[in-house]
Amino acid sequence: MWSVIHKMGSPPWFYRFAGVFLRWCLPLALAGLLVGALWGLFIAPPDFRQGNSYRIIFIHVPAAVVALAGYYLMAFAGLVSLVWKIKMADTAMRAVAPVGGALTFIALATGAIWGKPTWGAWWVWDARVTSMLILLFLYLGVIALFEAYENKAVAARACAVLALVGTVNIPIIYKSVDWWYSLHQPASIKFTGESAIDSSMLYPLLLNIGAFYLTFACVVVLNMRAALMNIHRQSAWLTQELTHP
Amino acid sequence: MAFDSFEAAWQMAGHGPYVWGAYALTFALLCYLVVSPVLQMRQIRRQIVAQWRRQGSTDLAVAESGDAKPAAANSPEASNAP
Amino acid sequence: MHPKRQQRLIIALVIVLLSSATVGLVAYALRGNINLFYPPSEVVAGKAPLGRNIRVGGMVVDGSIKRSTTDLTTTFIVTDYAAEVTITYTGILPDLFAEGEGVVAAGVLDTAGILVASEVLAKHDENYMPPEVAAALEGKQPRTGTAKIYRNGEV
Repeated sequence: MWSVIHKMGSPPWFYRFAGVFLRWCLPLALAGLLVGALWGLFIAPPDFRQGNSYRIIFIHVPAAVVALAGYYLMAFAGLVSLVWKIKMADTAMRAVAPVGGALTFIALATGAIWGKPTWGAWWVWDARVTSMLILLFLYLGVIALFEAYENKAVAARACAVLALVGTVNIPIIYKSVDWWYSLHQPASIKFTGESAIDSSMLYPLLLNIGAFYLTFACVVVLNMRAALMNIHRQSAWLTQELTHP
Repeated sequence: MAFDSFEAAWQMAGHGPYVWGAYALTFALLCYLVVSPVLQMRQIRRQIVAQWRRQGSTDLAVAESGDAKPAAANSPEASNAP
Repeated sequence: MHPKRQQRLIIALVIVLLSSATVGLVAYALRGNINLFYPPSEVVAGKAPLGRNIRVGGMVVDGSIKRSTTDLTTTFIVTDYAAEVTITYTGILPDLFAEGEGVVAAGVLDTAGILVASEVLAKHDENYMPPEVAAALEGKQPRTGTAKIYRNGEV
């Protein structure tokens, strides 16, 4: 257990691991996205009330789910960086922020596009929508805060604290539709009991959620690999990796 | 298949612009997320190779072609310091 | 664990706890304002302000929609199965607006207790199914979920 964590913290080990991981998972993730999109766009049946506009669910929900999970990952990396001072945790935290921010933006934008034909408005200051907007600002805040400091060790500490403080928003986003009167509908996929979505629509949705998770993992690993190359461009092990891959 | 023709799939009974717009936006952003670190790594690699050229490294040809031939390796063992 | 690390871990956890408590208290203090709309029973009970812009949400009562023959004015009744509010709106309604469906209307309550709406939004539930499945379910049982829209309220 500890040896794995120790290895994860070693740049040469992670660089090599990233290479192997990406060789298998990146094609799988892209294939998953493609199949998921085709299934959602053409094969899944239309909805009895919304017709075809509901097809946006197949990208809206996965983006939102992974954006929330990604925040926990970023905050956890921040905690590890803060307490154990592991450089790799800083790198991970910084690698997650732009991906999570982009996914949050996708969730908000596709939600707005979906909201126009179904609710009748692009934007409503609803508890779910507003807390999701706060999530976007938290991601952007972590990115901006890191750039704001000259001393990168201090910057990493500030970002970790911001990420940790922001975790309080995640359960709020998740439960907002149950706690308050909200325009946004409650969750369709239920972990206990029967889902409120027909299986002909549930399967492509689950496939898309899986594909988005895998794509998220691949982009985070890509970002971390790029960051490692940038930091260690003078290191002997990187020379070794580049000359004898 | 939920549609009878490509035309029907494109129109989506009036919802076409919304659905296709949402998918186009999503995939454009996802593509950017994947491509930008790849381009960044390529650029860093080019910069490292340029530095070797200035230093006259013997591994130059290997590094540029990306071949895994065991050339005269003058690079020391990988350090495992975290 | 190293005492220094333990101290930092405790500090980090205290930060998370304190910020959660702060946000929790703020949300509790604002609990009425975070709701997007008032259910009809609160409007009837006089909890919604008169003459100010508010939102009322509920299910459109079956058979209550009356469309004007001269302009785009529509009058309908919304319910939370405890009380009813009459809403009048002039303009184009969203596609999903129908009897038995959820709506959220923004507007001003007049002295007669009628909401003069400036905006009507459709609220749909979390149920998704193909039309064939919906047709097969029709008549056999009431559609699940529609009443659950108000599960966080009294109904």
